[in-house]
Amino acid sequence: MALLEIKNLHARIEDDGREILRGLDLTIDPGQVHAIMGPNGSGKSTLAYILAGKDGYEVTDGQVLFDGEDLLALEPEERAQKGVFLAFQYPVEIPGVAGMTFLKTAINAHRRARGEGDLSTPDFMRRVRDASDRLQMTQDMLRRPINTGFSGGEKKRNEILQMTLLEPKLAILDETDSGLDIDALRIVSNGVNALRSPERSMLVITHYQRLLEHIVPDFVHVMSAGRVVRSGGKELALELEATGYADYESDAA
Amino acid sequence: MSVAPRSLKTEPELALAEQYRAARAILPGSTAVARKRDEAFAVFEGLGLPHRRVEAWKYTDLRALMRVAVPVADPPGAVAVSASLAGADALAGLDRHRLVIADGHFQEGESSREALRAEGVEVATLADFLAVDHPRVLAILDTPAGAGEDAMTALNAAMATDGVVVIVPAGVTVSKPIEIIHVSTTAEATASYARSAVQIGAGATATLVVTRTGPLGIGYQANTVLGLSVGEGGRATVVDIAADGDRSQHLATFSARIAAGATLDHLAVRAGAGLSRLQGFVSLEGEGAKLTASGANMLGAKAHGDVALLIDHAAPAATSRILYRNVAKDQAVGSFEGRILVQQVAQKTDGRMMTNTLILSDDAEFAAKPELEIYADDVQCGHGATTGQLDGTAVFYLQSRGVPRPEAEALLLRAFLAEPLETLGDAALAEALGPILDAWLAGAAD
Repeated sequence: MALLEIKNLHARIEDDGREILRGLDLTIDPGQVHAIMGPNGSGKSTLAYILAGKDGYEVTDGQVLFDGEDLLALEPEERAQKGVFLAFQYPVEIPGVAGMTFLKTAINAHRRARGEGDLSTPDFMRRVRDASDRLQMTQDMLRRPINTGFSGGEKKRNEILQMTLLEPKLAILDETDSGLDIDALRIVSNGVNALRSPERSMLVITHYQRLLEHIVPDFVHVMSAGRVVRSGGKELALELEATGYADYESDAA
Repeated sequence: MSVAPRSLKTEPELALAEQYRAARAILPGSTAVARKRDEAFAVFEGLGLPHRRVEAWKYTDLRALMRVAVPVADPPGAVAVSASLAGADALAGLDRHRLVIADGHFQEGESSREALRAEGVEVATLADFLAVDHPRVLAILDTPAGAGEDAMTALNAAMATDGVVVIVPAGVTVSKPIEIIHVSTTAEATASYARSAVQIGAGATATLVVTRTGPLGIGYQANTVLGLSVGEGGRATVVDIAADGDRSQHLATFSARIAAGATLDHLAVRAGAGLSRLQGFVSLEGEGAKLTASGANMLGAKAHGDVALLIDHAAPAATSRILYRNVAKDQAVGSFEGRILVQQVAQKTDGRMMTNTLILSDDAEFAAKPELEIYADDVQCGHGATTGQLDGTAVFYLQSRGVPRPEAEALLLRAFLAEPLETLGDAALAEALGPILDAWLAGAAD
């Protein structure tokens, strides 16, 4: 059975009624890595937010099934607990909430949803240390308030740290390469690749082919004007790099 | 101050006059003190209860809000005091000295005067202090500088039954916090008037916790005044905890004089309900004096909470940092008025005032009024105020990590309220205060 099945999804922005998704179809099986590429404004980030359950969008038609269940009927926290993880393009700074407190709260919320008890502090510390070492994050970064004063690269590493600890079934990476220098890109990509497994699927949203040299997808889709207009293997990304999005943008107009 | 002439007195004003006449003969103090009390009461009578046309009390129209003046409390019995204290410890687990004032009367048996004396700290009761015939004694009944003519501090001077006078001599560092706790013990609504003074000598260091508490469901009325002075190079940390009952009326006044090179860190943690006002008059009167004044101000149910601060820069190169965080929910009404006054002599002043408010329900109200009044030309001063709701993006970020919405909101509210606690620079004390925030937030989730 498909892990994620998006059928004919139409959605608009609640405030101004602007239609962003216009009949999007996408199916992801367990263990697959799919990339979505497309020009700015094609609806890539909107798709990520709608899957994660952000307010401000109205789904007007279509369906999203996650493990066969109606994903859109769930609260954002329920989606997370069932295994959806969104790595934000712009991770949110939350002054005053210590990173460690947040990680522990999030991990335990997942455990409680599964009917498990809270993680002991030593177990928690060990998991965080293991995961943060791999991402070359310092203890000082973890003690600071969430993302507060972090560089772009530190924020993205923090997203991958959370993803590592929360062990999602579906990781949605929204422009994870934006704002990263080449070293940070390598660290982040290695972190993501370490999480690839037959039980975990990924949806990698990116504007540039560069990220896909590091996180090599099984499938590439091109999105334009709120729909998937072309699908193919990883070679499609290279083709796009050569030709640009001009063809797709004129389609949209 | 311009106050419209009035001839009609309200019921509570008439009752207060009656109470003063009845209490006059038994209130503690020398003949000079009695004279001073009469003068103070005359000031109160002339002004009457503060009302909305009195600028300093604009957000607490006591004339409209105070419907009755309940009878003055008698000195409580020891059993009632210990029972009330048992249920009123907001700081369980914090090692400290305690000075207990119940219904306006010092409680020797519940207080650690001997332990303080062993540290070199002198503690007299206000009643004993007022019996001494000395001009300095009379000064304790003065209205704080900067308060102008303030009806309610004058009423306190007239009616003050007891309190403590704490003297930390020069150079002494007190090993643990000194708590002055004001508790109301009576099952019937009663009124109390306590007045205290704390003097921290030059180069001395002390932490003071002032707690005000009382039972739920009882309309007790408390009026407390605390005068603090910090000598040259001295260091005082003051935590002011309002944890009063939901029907109470508590008017609290503090004044502080900070000498050259001295530091005062003041933190108000306000989780009480009922009608409460904290008015503070701080004078940075020595060169290079430093003040932080922070507050975590929590207002729920039908609470009316008012904070009014005057920060007077009266000497050069002093620093003030004001940070108040306010949360209002349900039908609560609150206000923060803060004024930094920079006198002409106070060149090189560095003053900052910020107040941030979250309003969590349609029916809650909050007014913020930060002000600067500057007469010197070489200063750095700023103020700001923000009002809003919880950041929806932050709530979603936490939810997207599996944290249920109520928990996410509580986490963000706690972070918002905890920031002022961090300005204390005393991690153990800040941690001991955490449960007050948690308890309020747990109630807030209802």
